[in-house]
Amino acid sequence: MTTTASRAPLAKPASRRRPSKRRPFNPRRAGAWALLILAIAVSVLPFLWVLRTALSTNNALATNAGSLLPAEFTFGAFKRVFGLQTPAEAVAEGGSGAAIDFWIYLRNSVVFSSITTAGAVFFSAMAAYAFARLRWKGRNAVFSLFLGTMLVPPIFTALPNFLLIKNLDLLNTMLGMVLPYLFMTPFAIFFLRQFFLNMSREVEEAAMLDGAKHLRIFFQIVLPNAAAPIATLALLTFIGQWNEYFWPLLVGSQDDVRVLQVGLGVFKSQSPQGAPDWSGLMAATLVSALPVLVLFAAFGKKIVNSIGFSGIK
Amino acid sequence: MTTLTRNPRSREQNPKRTLLNRKLPGTRSDVRIALFFIAPAMIGFVLFYLVPTIRGIYLSFTEYNILGDPEWIGLENYQAIAKDPLFWNSLAVTGQYVILNIALQTSLALGLALLMHQVAKSTIIRGALLLPYLMSNVIAALLWFWMLDYQIGVVNQFIEWAGLPRAAFFGSEEWAIPTQALINTWRHMGYTALLIFAGLQSIPGHVYEVAKLDGASAWQTFSKITIPLLRPVLVLVLVVTVIGSFQVFDTVAVTTGGGPVNATRVIQYYIYQRAFTESDFGYGAAIAVILFLILALVAFIQMKFLKGNESDLD
Repeated sequence: MTTTASRAPLAKPASRRRPSKRRPFNPRRAGAWALLILAIAVSVLPFLWVLRTALSTNNALATNAGSLLPAEFTFGAFKRVFGLQTPAEAVAEGGSGAAIDFWIYLRNSVVFSSITTAGAVFFSAMAAYAFARLRWKGRNAVFSLFLGTMLVPPIFTALPNFLLIKNLDLLNTMLGMVLPYLFMTPFAIFFLRQFFLNMSREVEEAAMLDGAKHLRIFFQIVLPNAAAPIATLALLTFIGQWNEYFWPLLVGSQDDVRVLQVGLGVFKSQSPQGAPDWSGLMAATLVSALPVLVLFAAFGKKIVNSIGFSGIK
Repeated sequence: MTTLTRNPRSREQNPKRTLLNRKLPGTRSDVRIALFFIAPAMIGFVLFYLVPTIRGIYLSFTEYNILGDPEWIGLENYQAIAKDPLFWNSLAVTGQYVILNIALQTSLALGLALLMHQVAKSTIIRGALLLPYLMSNVIAALLWFWMLDYQIGVVNQFIEWAGLPRAAFFGSEEWAIPTQALINTWRHMGYTALLIFAGLQSIPGHVYEVAKLDGASAWQTFSKITIPLLRPVLVLVLVVTVIGSFQVFDTVAVTTGGGPVNATRVIQYYIYQRAFTESDFGYGAAIAVILFLILALVAFIQMKFLKGNESDLD
């Protein structure tokens, strides 16, 4: 953000003989910058406020509501969230004293998101290969059908899917939670098919003339060549799965399979009425956000650039 | 993610032009190998998309409380829904939410995209604006639930410093839905701006140069060139916003739970309550069918009348 500000200030050329490379002050540009910085502040500052709250003692929040720094700095809220405080300690700092252990939720979220991402991306890549590279009757019709599922609102299929998982006796199991996402997502198929279509075929054709089978071409040529878009897709899928709430809420309501997003909701509703454990809640929120924040810090550019992806050419 | 509805034209794209599709020496039909490649996805499609869609429609004509077997009751669920004030309330509340979202989100995002296009295209700025979108709805909801708290929320502190009365953002009936819409706008604003920004980037520079030579004013350039050329992207954004907003659930479930009174009992939350809290699956499925039809209609209208799949650039 500091670099953004440096271009805006009044930049009168120092002398006429040595014209500055900077543009002369332009009130419209300065105004545009001001608005942009405001938007960035609105997007980013709430997270700092969450951090400030998470590092505060909950009981001290009310009397320091306007202070920018943590009120009575402590890591207590984080300890509480991971079940490292005794109920007495927790209550003393303004927690509810109810047992919470976000380690389990964190583990469940990692398992849930990783399995669904790996399955969906791999199987979608296989399907995308069949749609982009193989000749078979009804290919376009089947592809349209797959794409059509993107129009069906998730709530609509969630009800019957819940019944199916219940009939299979898989409620409150990790298998029941991952199954609907495991085999494909329409977006993943669409995304990868588009990429495969634009990939050069020369190597594949040469390999085919050499007698290579599709299976080998897929694993040894197509997948390695498509590593970059597959990584992007996996990243987007993982974040999406990490943030999933409705389905895990329906199917995984017990502690041993409950994911972070659902755990957050439960934690919030456990907070005593009137004086919620804000510090604990914000610490838990940060813990839930952290993996995505780390991914974003590491692969931000990939994620940002994927937003312009139109699929049209 | 929502980018998935981006390409209404893909269906028309014809992959037949490919070389591999030519008869190569020794190539037989690919049907068997294709079956192998498509089998996992097909299983997922049939089990978790196709069959549930059909089963959902079937359930909507039944009475089913999960324990027994579904009992066919014809149109009774739909007749009951037509007379159900809670359903109409949920529709009205959701409609209000959708309209607020369109107005706030689209205009703010368009403004932001234009700003970015004018002064800053750096990835860091785009990344900062995208940050809220990467957070889950639950996180966005809790974050604002805290910041907007009536007693000690920081926003109400500011409001008080400004000499205004504190607002019960989640607790009052008139504020509850606008607050939900604001949370959603906060989360989606940057993402939508990036979509529009990508559209702006694709408008070729020479179009603007010609306009400049012809002496067009800034407003004329904006209204006669930018907006029309941006139309496919704007329609897409509109479709995504509307369809997404109609399915609001997470933020409501975590914060207000439908209240105060019925102020935030949006459609999906009502379906959830009927089906899962009250074990009335048939009724819930019937409302879901109606939601499905509304969304299909909305998408159809927007594509048809705003011609989202045609560009003026050709």
